[in-house]
Amino acid sequence: MKTVASFKIQYSQYLDAEGKLTQNKLPRFAENRDELLKMYRMMSFVRVFDTKAVALQRTGQLGTYASCLGHEATHVGIGAAMQPEDAFFPMYREYGAQFWRGVKPHEVLLFWGGDERGSNFSGPQHDFAWAVPIATQCHHAAGAAMAFKLRKEKRAAVSVIGDGGTSQGDFYESLNAAGAWRLPAVFVVSNNMWAISVPLSAQTACETLAQKAIAAGIEGVQVDGNDIIAVRDIMEYSLDKARSGKGPTLVEALTYRISDHTTADDASRYRNKEEVEEAKRREPLIRIRKYLTDIGAWDQKKEDKLLAECAEQVDTEVKLYKDAGKPPLESMFDHMFANLPEGLIAQREAAAEEGRQHG
Amino acid sequence: MAKVTMVEAITLAMAYELEHDPAVVVLGEDVGVNGGVFRATAGLQQRFGKERVMDTPLAEALIAGMSIGMAAQGMKPVAEIQFSGFIYPTVDQMINHAGRLRTRTRGRLHVPMVLRAPSGGGIHAPEHHSESNEALFAHMPGIRTLMPSSPARAYGLLLAAIRDPDPVVFLEPTRLYRLNKQEVEDNGEALPLDTCFVLREGEDVTLVSWGAMLHETLQVAAKLAEEGVGCEVIDLASVSPIDFETILESVKKTGRLAIIHEAPKNCGVGAEIAATVAEKALYSLKAPIERVTGYDIPMPLFKLEHDYMPSVERVIQGIRKVLEA
Repeated sequence: MKTVASFKIQYSQYLDAEGKLTQNKLPRFAENRDELLKMYRMMSFVRVFDTKAVALQRTGQLGTYASCLGHEATHVGIGAAMQPEDAFFPMYREYGAQFWRGVKPHEVLLFWGGDERGSNFSGPQHDFAWAVPIATQCHHAAGAAMAFKLRKEKRAAVSVIGDGGTSQGDFYESLNAAGAWRLPAVFVVSNNMWAISVPLSAQTACETLAQKAIAAGIEGVQVDGNDIIAVRDIMEYSLDKARSGKGPTLVEALTYRISDHTTADDASRYRNKEEVEEAKRREPLIRIRKYLTDIGAWDQKKEDKLLAECAEQVDTEVKLYKDAGKPPLESMFDHMFANLPEGLIAQREAAAEEGRQHG
Repeated sequence: MAKVTMVEAITLAMAYELEHDPAVVVLGEDVGVNGGVFRATAGLQQRFGKERVMDTPLAEALIAGMSIGMAAQGMKPVAEIQFSGFIYPTVDQMINHAGRLRTRTRGRLHVPMVLRAPSGGGIHAPEHHSESNEALFAHMPGIRTLMPSSPARAYGLLLAAIRDPDPVVFLEPTRLYRLNKQEVEDNGEALPLDTCFVLREGEDVTLVSWGAMLHETLQVAAKLAEEGVGCEVIDLASVSPIDFETILESVKKTGRLAIIHEAPKNCGVGAEIAATVAEKALYSLKAPIERVTGYDIPMPLFKLEHDYMPSVERVIQGIRKVLEA
């Protein structure tokens, strides 16, 4: 037997858990302190928002909520690398990317607060809403990428799934098609090691999830998903590649779900405390804060001021969410079709009448 | 005006829209140089190029899901599913996304896609090629489901489906693809959606059917006319939403209703029609409603397929029950 093909998977990291540089040469954006500070501020804001959202759920003021605690570098890095005209296809834990793109925090709260108006968000109008059925959005990203390619637009589509999503057929199908057509797409796997209660080791025999790109004939790369510099750098590389017609990339971002799966979950049932404590040591905010402090761009005073600002901003958003009230009953029907069929018009009227009498 | 088969009429409709709307693309398995296994896309790739008429990898969920992604970014994909039994991987995408996207984003995104698929039995095809699954799609909110019964109806309804800003499942009865020819003017005129068509007027009994079963239903109506029985034959055409106004008006006139469909009886579209007529026109009925349908079994392989599908004799038997009650 002889080797007919061989492959390798590259891993990228600039900033280790201690905030020390692991490479001498930084990406250009990272040499600009303001760029790093902008991302750090967003990561901090997401952390404050996330903490508040969990608190709202715990006090009965929000429905089930999926926390992004520990994932901040992955999604803020994605958001910072994307252009507004690119299209984003998130799962439900990428608030940082969405905020960066213009989605308002109260819109996220509306969604988890059981209100469709949250998905009619202020971000780019072509971005998709949250995809709850796992990995289904990979196909939408491939389709959007096909539309961009056919219209010869320099745009790319970015989808995000979790590690569990890589077991889905939709993931493989879209990767394969994107390879066959050289679509301008970037498929991100936010590998947080747990799909609810199932650890990565039970999900796959693969050493990396990035290597799943190999079977699709596309490039797969692994990145430290807790390193904001590495994530943004690999995303900028993948997006440039996509927009210049050089095909899709699979990016596996290694992170950790410090929170429960959602507020309806209790992760202490299936994973040990030591593992979580160790993950907290490696979480994304500590290292970039340390790095910024080391280069003299950050101090405790600035940190205190930032957190106070974030808290104030979050409070404003929470108020907007709470003041939104219940959507009009008829709105359940109003957006079913551009041209509402007779039967639905009748149901709409009946529901409205029922609402007037007993609502 | 040329006489064309139903499958040719379908090709004409797609060609018309490809010619007149740059947002329209055709995609599916073997739809390109091969022109589709039923030849519905014959010549389209040669005429419009590989970027407008695309062979996809062999993955039905991908075909539906990519169509959703393309449609939401301003394209109008017309996707083909090769055989009726291969449509099920699209269900997740159709029900969770195609039918929901407009409403869950409050109109921000919408999905102007068509999912075309062959439907029904009667052509001696292999296993999983002959299913009638319109009820499955009819149960999905936010999706229109159409079934043409003639070349002209296929042409006009497919144009309407492609132009509609919302998702449409377009189920094409394979048995009718080449059964007969009809004059179809290739003038780009669409038929209305959400409406059924009265194919034959009559005073004694209303027969509601759709797709290939209209072939038998019309034969039965002609036969019964010889006995002096006037059958009003309604082509449902829009399986979802159903044009109940036309059906109820007819039932109020005839007082008798038989529904004929090839799909299994249990929770079939006939059940919805019967239930609504019972709700809204029970006192107009002179006899219990009769459903003549396929059996609640998997579609048999072709040696027995004609015993599964309602025959002219079974349809007549069903109608006699309604007439004699």
